[in-house]
Amino acid sequence: MTELPYLHPDRAARLHAALAERILLLDGAMGTMLQGHALDEAGYRGERFAHGCDAQHPHEHTGEHADAAGCHRDLKGDNDLLSLSHPGIIRDIHAAYLDAGADMVETNTFNSTAISQADYALQHLVRELNREGAKLARAACAVAEAKTPGRPRFAIGTLGPTSRTASLSPDVNNPGFRNVDFDELEVTYADAAGGLIEGGADVLMVETIFDTLNAKAALAGIDDAFTAAGGRLPVMISGTITDRSGRTLSGQTAEAFWYSVAHARPLSIGLNCALGPSDLRQHVEALSRVAGCAVSAHPNAGLPNALGGYDETPESMAEALGEFARAGLVNIVGGCCGTTPAHIAAIAAAVKDVPPRAVAARAEAA
Amino acid sequence: MTDPQHYTHLSGLEPLVITPQSLFINIGERTNVTGSARFKKLIKEDRYDEAVEVARQQVENGAQILDVNMDEGLLDAEAAMVKFLRLIAAEPDIAKVPVMVDSSKWNVIEAGLKCLQGKGVVNSISLKEGEEKFLAEAKKILRYGAAAVVMAFDEHGQADSVRQRIAICERSYQLLTEKIGFPPEDIIFDSNIFPIATGIEAHANNAVNFIEACRELKKRFPHSHLSGGVSNVSFSFRGNNPVREAIHSVFLYHAIKAGMDMGIVNAGQIGIYDELDPDLRERVEDVVLNRRPDATERLMEIAGKYSRNGPQDKDDGNKLAWRELPVARRLEYALVHGVDQFVTEDTEEARQSVTRTLDVIEGPLMDGMNVVGDLFGAGKMFLPQVVKSARVMKKAVAYLLPFMDEEKQKSGNTSRSNGKIVMATVKGDVHDIGKNIVGVVLACNNFEVVDLGVMVPAQKILDTAIAEHADMIGVSGLITPSLEEMANVAKEMQRRDFKIPLLIGGATTSRTHTAIKIEPNYQTACVWVKDASRAVGVAQTLVSKEKQVVDDFFAKVRADYADVRERYRNRGPATRMVSLAKARANAPKFDWSGYTPPTPNKPGITVLDDIPYTELLQVTDWTPFFQAWELHGHYPAILSDQIVGAQATELFNDARQIMDRIVKEKWLRAKAVIGFWPAQRIGDDVEIQADGKPVMLHHLRQQADKPAERPNLCLADFIAPKATGVKDWIGGFAVTAGLGIEEHLEDFKRQNDDYSAIILKALADRMAEALAEWMHREVRTKYWGFAPDENLSNTDLIAEKWRGVRPAPGYPACPDHTEKATLFKLLDATRNADIQLTEGFSMYPAAAVSGWYFSHPESQYFVVGKVNRDQVEDYAARKGWTLAQAQRWLSANLAYDPDE
Repeated sequence: MTELPYLHPDRAARLHAALAERILLLDGAMGTMLQGHALDEAGYRGERFAHGCDAQHPHEHTGEHADAAGCHRDLKGDNDLLSLSHPGIIRDIHAAYLDAGADMVETNTFNSTAISQADYALQHLVRELNREGAKLARAACAVAEAKTPGRPRFAIGTLGPTSRTASLSPDVNNPGFRNVDFDELEVTYADAAGGLIEGGADVLMVETIFDTLNAKAALAGIDDAFTAAGGRLPVMISGTITDRSGRTLSGQTAEAFWYSVAHARPLSIGLNCALGPSDLRQHVEALSRVAGCAVSAHPNAGLPNALGGYDETPESMAEALGEFARAGLVNIVGGCCGTTPAHIAAIAAAVKDVPPRAVAARAEAA
Repeated sequence: MTDPQHYTHLSGLEPLVITPQSLFINIGERTNVTGSARFKKLIKEDRYDEAVEVARQQVENGAQILDVNMDEGLLDAEAAMVKFLRLIAAEPDIAKVPVMVDSSKWNVIEAGLKCLQGKGVVNSISLKEGEEKFLAEAKKILRYGAAAVVMAFDEHGQADSVRQRIAICERSYQLLTEKIGFPPEDIIFDSNIFPIATGIEAHANNAVNFIEACRELKKRFPHSHLSGGVSNVSFSFRGNNPVREAIHSVFLYHAIKAGMDMGIVNAGQIGIYDELDPDLRERVEDVVLNRRPDATERLMEIAGKYSRNGPQDKDDGNKLAWRELPVARRLEYALVHGVDQFVTEDTEEARQSVTRTLDVIEGPLMDGMNVVGDLFGAGKMFLPQVVKSARVMKKAVAYLLPFMDEEKQKSGNTSRSNGKIVMATVKGDVHDIGKNIVGVVLACNNFEVVDLGVMVPAQKILDTAIAEHADMIGVSGLITPSLEEMANVAKEMQRRDFKIPLLIGGATTSRTHTAIKIEPNYQTACVWVKDASRAVGVAQTLVSKEKQVVDDFFAKVRADYADVRERYRNRGPATRMVSLAKARANAPKFDWSGYTPPTPNKPGITVLDDIPYTELLQVTDWTPFFQAWELHGHYPAILSDQIVGAQATELFNDARQIMDRIVKEKWLRAKAVIGFWPAQRIGDDVEIQADGKPVMLHHLRQQADKPAERPNLCLADFIAPKATGVKDWIGGFAVTAGLGIEEHLEDFKRQNDDYSAIILKALADRMAEALAEWMHREVRTKYWGFAPDENLSNTDLIAEKWRGVRPAPGYPACPDHTEKATLFKLLDATRNADIQLTEGFSMYPAAAVSGWYFSHPESQYFVVGKVNRDQVEDYAARKGWTLAQAQRWLSANLAYDPDE
């Protein structure tokens, strides 16, 4: 089968080599770190968005995006916007995770899709948010690589799930209804992926997948972006088991999830978010048993407690993920909601000398 | 074990993994507007709620994939497809299975694919409009992540001859796999099922052509699948559903044998081949196989008799007949046919005739389920029917439960429970009949049973055990992957520091597997429980109030398993091995030019029924009978042995009493089937001619480094090589002496007489061995007849002082169990000798022996022993297996660790 060449063959080769050699560390939560900065509405807006809209994009007041609120929106909570309004904060967070031992940092682009940015009337920023997000992560990696030569670091261009699902109806009385479809998702993901590629991401990751159909549309969109760029990047896929039922929100088991996305021949398949390590373990193990590629796990620091906080300490999380590693379940570990550089440092220490899960040889087109 | 690369992986909400061991895959056809008038009406009238129910029924009746087709002139097919797929996506009971998006229009298919979160199947693509369109569509299918049905259709039309079918499929396959890297395992060929019995001469061979094409396609494309729209074949009998269903059963029976492994069928409506009215079956078979020129007329003659407009009437017609049977047979009928209409009244009637309510379950209900299990194992029942049977069983058991509770109260056992057990069928496995029976039996013995059902993940089992303060955990499973999952449960119990015992049960489990693969993972205790009857004993021991009893039991089990492991490890001490090439070069050299192999007096198949037990008694080797009771020594000397003599004599007398009853009251029936076929050696294989068709038998060669004068043996060596042109023969046999044993075992069990029950079982085993010996003598002196004057004493017989051997697949000279499948097929042993071959290649009744006959004067028994990777690779290639499959089936013989 003819397949596109890698856009950055040297970095792809270093990534494959590192994966074969050791368990790689993902970073931890972005949101948790931003909470520490306690930014208010003005903080989120920064200069460019001081009026609740984009000062550099003044002419979009009519048409489909215009509504009673005009362009003025509360932007607090649009974390991805901070890549533009406060790039320094984002850069520092990346640096903190890299210093803690992360091999890979995820771009601050979880919500940088047209569907999610529509909530802030900022859908025109999709390409820019992704491009700038990727640049920040790539630059932070370059700094870390200069500090520790011989140890490559990788910027993962993150594509989140969007706030809509193509497999589920938002209307309980009308199970056949959908507020988004495959084609719409494919287009928005292609746009976001294009931005990440432009910004220099080393890898793309479709993550926190709670609806596999959204993920399949994302993978199609990524394919479109690769075609447009004339080359490809390694792709990681990470789903979310939403609760103790052991299923994704759209109802799939971990094993069914893998078979549904295996056609994309990803670099890795894994699970993140929602559950803490102990509840996630059996599902990671299920993937580990069937997947013909690397397996990743970046759980939350436990389930949210009554106060919305997370209870897993760096020590307890490191112990749990260390056990995943010793059981031969994983190639890539890290943290999701509630985790901090302290968690990542502890996890890094716990998996340091453990060999990675053996990935079954498979025929992959070069 | 990870899945070999070429298994087919599909998914809905749940995975569907298709392996070479998978049974026929049912694709539900009722959600198709072109095939179902009712579904079409529902869609056209916008009654989607009811249309969704049609899908649910298909899945409930056992459809493993759901075919959805909206191609109707007056419908917006694309919109209808999207609407329907979105609606069923909201129903977990339906969405659990993968969807087959069926349309002749690409835009409809693509719209459908955009609604599937799982990996579905496209039905279909073909070369009809040329290579470019074909490949463009296939590329998109790859991008959406789906498998594809490929029709045997090209620019010139639809293939109808065997040759055309193969040519078009071959061309499609090459284009797909070589040009765009389409995975072979995601290709499903539909090589066109056309109607038969149409009255047009040219159509008479339609089914035969399809079946023959299947045979060749499976050979050429072993990783791909063969499917088709089954109802097409009976199109000319539309309006006469009973005859159509009979045609479907017969057609599938033969097509599946030829390699068809999926089909679009009306799940839940397939008749059982063996249950068809023999006259109807024969006439249908004549039509399907095109066996006689007047086949269609002969089927038409009687078709009217069966036609009363639909299956409902057929049931009425048969009702009168089967309702007249005794109650046990009625229950069996209801279970086999999945009829739950009368099950409550029949169960009540059965209950009134027994003293313990439990006997209804252990007796007629279990007997009926055994029949179901046997038919299923023999490929004569399909999954949907088994699902229905299980439903009937559950209804019956549910009806009986209150009575059993009441009996428990009356017997004063209400005070407190014996102990608590958490039970589950492990993740990935749906078979729960055996586990349910164990649950019922334990509950009747005052255990509190927490049954978690089927497909239960380890975490849930363990969490429940903690929450319920269980005294033990019991896990069960039927299919081979469950073995691995059980090991995982053990690992998890260790990891989470459990202190309660783990009980292992289910058809594929074994003491050896438990000892080697499960027990080492969990320190507290893993106990393999052979069957339901043993579960109570084990469970009662485990909850004994005397700690010493429990500790002694654990110690015994641990010692037992350690012993099994030790024996396993010592099976092949580090012998020096030679390469396969060298071993072959050291094969024995026979002078074939000066040797004429004997020709059988009676070639082909011979069936012997009701062989007199008195004949068998004369050739019985009693020594193993005593060994079974752990009395060591040779018969007859053992009867006067200083230490065990008295015991042995008493046992022998008891056994003879039972044997007398077996003979006089005809408790057991002995049946045998033998066959002889022309045979030629090709390398380490033997090619035989069965009904004019070549069949390959595969053998393994000793690979130990032998002293100079000792050859490296392989059973094939005893057959004349093809190159010599010498005409040689091989024989095969399957015998059983245990038909009818169940009834008498039950009798003994009912009388709580385990001793006699075990004697009876052990006797049946001895008789089966004796029958094999007797049969071999008959073969040497008569049926093959190369030693007509042989006259050996019983002692000489046991000492094997004759010419020729009868090695059994699965035993040392030919350790590959799977060869039994070939043997059984050649002998049609299931039909001819009533012996069933299970999925794991064991024989039922257990008192059965099967094997090959060799006539060469130098032929001998030997132990193949350990084999090296070069031979395993070579063997895998000859068997058409992957290396992983070969390593699995030959795991006991590997001289190396496949994981290294």
